Amino acid sequence: MAKRIEATNVTAYYGAFKAIENINMTVEPKTVTALIGPSGCGKSTFLRSINRMHEVLPGARVEGSLTIDGQDVYDRDVDVTAVRRMIGMVFQRPNPFPTMSIFENVVAGLRLNGVKKKSVLTDAAEKALRAANLWDEVKDRLGKPGAGLSGGQQQRLCIARTIAVEPQVVLMDEPCSALDPISTLAIEELMFQLKDQYTIIIVTHNMQQASRVSDRTAFFSIEKTGDPGRLIEYDNTQKIFTNPSVKKTEDYITGRFG
Amino acid sequence: MSTLTTPSPRAVDLRARRLPGYAPIGIAAAALALAAAAVYGGGIGGPVLVVVLGAVLYLAGLYAASNAVEGRRAARNRTWSALIHSAFVLAVLPLASVVWTLVSKGAERLDGNFFGTSMNNIGARDPNGGAYHAIVGTLEQVGIATLITVPLGILCAIYVVEYGRGRFAFAIRFFVDVMTGIPSIVSGLFVLAFWVLIVSPVFNDGRPGFSGFAAALALSVLMLPTIVRSTEEMLRLVPAPLREGAYALGVPKWKTILRVVLPTALPGIVTGVMLAIARAAGETAPVLLVAGGGAAINLNPFENNQSSLALFVYQQAGDASRYAPARAWTAALTLVALVLILTVAAKLLARRNQLSR
Amino acid sequence: MGDTPPRSADAGTGASRVITDHARPAGASARPAEDVPTSRTPGGGALGGGGGLPRRRAFGAERAFRGLTLAAGTAVLVVIVAIAVFLVAKAVPALRANTVSFWTFEGWFPNDPEPRFGIGALAFGTVLSAVLALLVAVPVALGIALYLSHYAPRRLGNALGFLIDLLAAVPSVVFGLWGRDYFSGPVADLSAWLNRYFGWLPLFGGDGPYGASMLLGALVLAIMVLPIITSLSREVFRQTPTANEEAALALGATRWEMIRTAVLPYGRPGVIAAVMLGLGRALGETIALALTLGITFNISFNIIDNGGNTIAANIANAFGEANDTGRGALIASGLMLFAITLIVNITARAIIHRRREFTESAA
Repeated sequence: MAKRIEATNVTAYYGAFKAIENINMTVEPKTVTALIGPSGCGKSTFLRSINRMHEVLPGARVEGSLTIDGQDVYDRDVDVTAVRRMIGMVFQRPNPFPTMSIFENVVAGLRLNGVKKKSVLTDAAEKALRAANLWDEVKDRLGKPGAGLSGGQQQRLCIARTIAVEPQVVLMDEPCSALDPISTLAIEELMFQLKDQYTIIIVTHNMQQASRVSDRTAFFSIEKTGDPGRLIEYDNTQKIFTNPSVKKTEDYITGRFG
Repeated sequence: MSTLTTPSPRAVDLRARRLPGYAPIGIAAAALALAAAAVYGGGIGGPVLVVVLGAVLYLAGLYAASNAVEGRRAARNRTWSALIHSAFVLAVLPLASVVWTLVSKGAERLDGNFFGTSMNNIGARDPNGGAYHAIVGTLEQVGIATLITVPLGILCAIYVVEYGRGRFAFAIRFFVDVMTGIPSIVSGLFVLAFWVLIVSPVFNDGRPGFSGFAAALALSVLMLPTIVRSTEEMLRLVPAPLREGAYALGVPKWKTILRVVLPTALPGIVTGVMLAIARAAGETAPVLLVAGGGAAINLNPFENNQSSLALFVYQQAGDASRYAPARAWTAALTLVALVLILTVAAKLLARRNQLSR
Repeated sequence: MGDTPPRSADAGTGASRVITDHARPAGASARPAEDVPTSRTPGGGALGGGGGLPRRRAFGAERAFRGLTLAAGTAVLVVIVAIAVFLVAKAVPALRANTVSFWTFEGWFPNDPEPRFGIGALAFGTVLSAVLALLVAVPVALGIALYLSHYAPRRLGNALGFLIDLLAAVPSVVFGLWGRDYFSGPVADLSAWLNRYFGWLPLFGGDGPYGASMLLGALVLAIMVLPIITSLSREVFRQTPTANEEAALALGATRWEMIRTAVLPYGRPGVIAAVMLGLGRALGETIALALTLGITFNISFNIIDNGGNTIAANIANAFGEANDTGRGALIASGLMLFAITLIVNITARAIIHRRREFTESAA
């Protein structure tokens, strides 16, 4: 049930500022795709354009076409909430709902979708928490506040919350940048398991992470500050990291710029 | 995850049926028409009822239509959005009326005479008369109250934040909290019992001494907890490394507090003080009880009755003279202007404050 | 990355930078947070000189200053104690002189040779007017607060929010004057209409005259506390972490669902505090009610007939003619009012405290 995503000439703005320009790329189902590039190059903007979270910010808008299995998510009569349910998102900092318990956090999305039956919710919560490798750590304290967990656990809780609604694509915006190395490892392992079922797109600043977890890698860059971000190179991860075809990619990967 | 038992609403179709853009307008028109027909047909009310009934019908109609076309979630979203917008409209009407009345009625007597004279020897048939004595009273009372509360409040906050430990500091914090809840009339009663009826007769040949100073005491009781609380909050916002940096240089604690901590927190403290002053200036009840409220100019706050702007408004509102309402409204406008200038200044200062919450 | 929304940016105050400004020996001008990283020459040569460690002084500026602040703190406690002592001292003789039950008698004749006065009707009116006012004001205030924080365009929301903050500062006597002179007409019409069609309800029974009624007083109170509750709630709603709002949206929530999952639960303690503050104001409000109520001394649920009274309004009205016992009686009623507001405050604190487990760990 993973989906193919195709971006055609995607351009995104914040008010008058053009953040990314003419992005074209295709993401295959059941793969992990990494978006890398220097700060401010528009990786996150592109990621947020995919599930229409970009437009949440005042003055932000997107042009071009972004399809998921052939349907344009920016079509006029598309329901935004349906798009976001289909394309889940994990954020840079763990953001469990502070007033909710661990259990309530996991089932928050299901409750929004009108699932009320306790047994269904319990099953789904266990399933999602197991899938997020968190079940063993929290099964005895599901009623405790989600914000009481450690950073790594919180982030896995957020992943569980995201996959509990059974999305088809999972977007991750630097999910490990606020975590310690051990938690990072746990999340990377989790990504390996999840890609059997989901299409995953991850933004990361960590080159090793990109090379470890992803099948394909897209390199974004900007000419200079204030210019829109562009897609420089998009290829198999191995190729990008061993034998990139663009000089700029090589410079970035070998640490000569960025 | 296809093995999950949850009923999976995973239709591939992302499109949703939407209400067309003209639908809400149409529903609104239909609701109004229906309401008008019902109200005038049944003869049960006027245009106000039409609008109210129309609004209710609109909300119901909107929910029903949206529920049928877009589903329950979208219907709820729309209805709540409409409710929130109508709450806004509903509240704006009376508030706008208050402001409009205040400005239009208050402008009537906005002249030099009003600000230059008192109510001394102004009879029921005299159209003139002013609030000079009341303005003087407000300024003096609030000024004295500020002189009392600012040092006391700031020192108290310093004690609680910087020195206080254990139960005693906790007790102070607790009772300051209790004090914030004292109704203004009760603080007036306290000063009445304590100062006017018991202490002041000692200097006053045994007669109760109503005075501007008594009013200042009552306002102090109201201002003190506000100032302590806001100062406390600002002091706590001063970053700890700042204090430690000073200690590390061998600066004694009291000097650190006076020269480093207080100046850093100063804009916030001043904001809190100004808001407290603004609130005190608008208080009527305590002044009514303890200042006596004379009609003549009395520049001495320690002896004899004094008025204040808020009290002047109240007294003129109760006056039967047909010129009294105009005086009341102009005094109200003056009072609001005074309070708002203080409040706006405080807010602007707070905006520039670097120690944001 | 410039992609993170501006509101979620950490509001750090740049503590380390501030240190370089201030952490110089005393005597340097310690202006608050000014960007003047001037050359850091070591302070005057006399400071930190050699020699043995000086002994701690038993009496010095440190002790004096500490003592000064301690005295200020103690003074606050003294004031509180004084308030209680003096109010009780003045109230007790009047209560002793009372010839009827203070709790149940419906009337206020403390100036008679045989003083008769009772708090029942006044306390009832106080609570009734405040509760009615909040019933009207709270839903509307929360609606406006949400409108300003999450529905209105940002600039409009900020501008209107500022106006609401200003309205919250308008003295109550102004609302009272407006209520008496301009609002009593519409309320009288409304009362007549309610009486005609809903007269079978005890609330709207009676046969007039209408106008200076509990309804008018409660509505004026509602309009008065509305900006206060709105202003505080809006502040709370605005502080909802953007990350949580985005989390809800990313799960596919509609705007209202986002508000219900992220904004309202997060803001609940703050909203309770705001409502309780509004309740405190409504209970203690004097002048607005003294100007708008009809002043009677009976316990009645009829809210549209002329009448109604509250403890505070009664103090303002009856104070002028009060003799010594009369003043004592009013002070006794003031103590009663204080007790009511105290109970409300403590309850509010308990409610907020109980919900703290979840909100504190959220920081």
